[in-house]
Amino acid sequence: MIADEKYVFKPETKRQILITGVVGLLLFVLGVFMAMRSGDEHGGGHEKKASAEISKILTASVAVTQEHEKSEAVEKEEHHHGSPLWLKRIYTSLWQNNIFFTGIGIIGLFFVAIQYAAQAGWSAGINRIPLAIGSWIPVAGILMLVLWFVVKGDLFHWTHSNLYTPGEHFDKALTGKSGFFYWPLAAGSFPIFFILRMIIFFGLWYLFFTWIRKEMLAEDLDGNVEHWYTARKLSAIFLVIFAVSSSVSAWDWVMSIDTHWFSTMFGWYVFASWWVTGLSVITLIVVNLKSAGYLKMVNSNHLHDLGKFIFAFSIFWTYIWFSQFLLIYYANIPEETVYFIARLKTAPYSWIFYANLFLNFVLPFLLFMTRDAKRHMSMLKVVCPIVVIGHWFDFYNMVTPGVMKTNGGIGFLEIGLALVFGSVFLYVVLNSLSKIQLVAKHHPFMEESLNHHI
Amino acid sequence: MDSNKNFVVGVFDDEDVLLSAVEQVREKGVRIHEVYSPFPVHGLDEALGYRRTRLPIAAFMFGITGTILALFTQTWMLGYDWPMDIGGKNHASLPPFIPVTFEFTVLLSAFGMVITFLIVSNMKPYSWPRQFDLRSTDDKHVMAVDLADNKLSKAEIGRILKDNGASEVNEKNF
Repeated sequence: MIADEKYVFKPETKRQILITGVVGLLLFVLGVFMAMRSGDEHGGGHEKKASAEISKILTASVAVTQEHEKSEAVEKEEHHHGSPLWLKRIYTSLWQNNIFFTGIGIIGLFFVAIQYAAQAGWSAGINRIPLAIGSWIPVAGILMLVLWFVVKGDLFHWTHSNLYTPGEHFDKALTGKSGFFYWPLAAGSFPIFFILRMIIFFGLWYLFFTWIRKEMLAEDLDGNVEHWYTARKLSAIFLVIFAVSSSVSAWDWVMSIDTHWFSTMFGWYVFASWWVTGLSVITLIVVNLKSAGYLKMVNSNHLHDLGKFIFAFSIFWTYIWFSQFLLIYYANIPEETVYFIARLKTAPYSWIFYANLFLNFVLPFLLFMTRDAKRHMSMLKVVCPIVVIGHWFDFYNMVTPGVMKTNGGIGFLEIGLALVFGSVFLYVVLNSLSKIQLVAKHHPFMEESLNHHI
Repeated sequence: MDSNKNFVVGVFDDEDVLLSAVEQVREKGVRIHEVYSPFPVHGLDEALGYRRTRLPIAAFMFGITGTILALFTQTWMLGYDWPMDIGGKNHASLPPFIPVTFEFTVLLSAFGMVITFLIVSNMKPYSWPRQFDLRSTDDKHVMAVDLADNKLSKAEIGRILKDNGASEVNEKNF
């Protein structure tokens, strides 16, 4: 059977993570100073010219209704009242990174739950890595709640109370939607429903995380197979909850930034992006642990399965992406196309729009197509970071254009903050991993995992 | 069919015995023509020393043919031969072509793969595969050794098969 194996979180690994974090912080500070200086000089003119361009495209292609024009005007005016551009840019980047890493954290738990619900045997030996990734959930929850109160005025247009009272800023469309945020309180007051959802989702995720984790760790000690049955039952319940909560959180935290816009594909779209990123992070950690001499029982068959997961779900993400795009492109309804005009035809986001498809579809599809590519660590080490970075861009393009309009950009600020988030995330995950058995000791399917052969 | 083909046919009851027999027999220098079994035996391909199938390469080729053909056909039809105004879009615009291209890629690679497989494994229409022992479709594993491929005599090969757990050793001429 399996010998006791524990991951040792070495001081030199900690130091490397710390250095990455500090470098990220320095880049971030540098980026903030640069944004503060450049923001005053050309921000105004550039912005006006570009937004005129957008409205020209809009009015040229479609007949905008009276109401829409009005809300568009409101949005433009609001723009000048919010925080200065550099601060907005920080908020946007903070929110985007937190959404991105929240996703990776919750996917850790989701992966474990799927393995239990499907009674999978192959993954019995690597399940502790996604479990450790799940320990990011509480951190992400606290960050999300705190950040929301900081960024809400700048990121979430619907939080402005003057939209819901008769007057020049009155917005009929948003008043109709307001129950989704404010119920049971009056529109424009405190968004109790929205906040409650956030707390309940993170609460449930964390509850199931600790519960399933408790069963998994108890199995190490007494070897009772009942723990596996309990974990399977909990996983099944969690999956049902996750099906609803992942979709709703995508609408709440990402889609409501572009308040007037909506897409029924969006919950799936965010989930697909989270899922393939999470799979890549799991694989990356497994591969790096194996290179460092851990996880002796993992062989190329297990890597092959992880690779197939990433390959398949890169295509799944593309399928969802395209399903959303094609319908909006074909129907050509103005209230839907604004979303893509802001991303496809607007200066700082256009290249990211195409890079997104290239990094998340073309490259993984071609590089992972052969069997050998998925079975060798060298290729996995190339493709997984591409997918992770690609989906960081994906989330960048989901969050930023709706807030920054044409003033966005990717510079030291964004890269630095991503490095800070990444290193804190890695520290939490590896720290949690070092506290548990790296490979389960009495998992009923361990023998199957050891003999896994495809 | 060649009428002068001589085969020694070993019949095995158990797949584990078969697997070790395949390894032992090959070690003794006997070249195995083919092994037939009623169900897939794990590790048999490796024991027989077969190369991995090149079917995925064929699938890729068929698929890329489908991609190119579908894109070309749609672009030519809707863009040049008979341009139609559909919702004010460009005549030849990529997004609406993608679903058809995807489906045609899948169709060609699936059909191509199945047809290639049937041809390569001699199961195409009007081809009658050799039956070494009909019980290989029921409960016996059958190992066929072609005498033309081997220097050893018929009796020697029969003895080697028997020594390695064959429950019967028969002869078969085609």
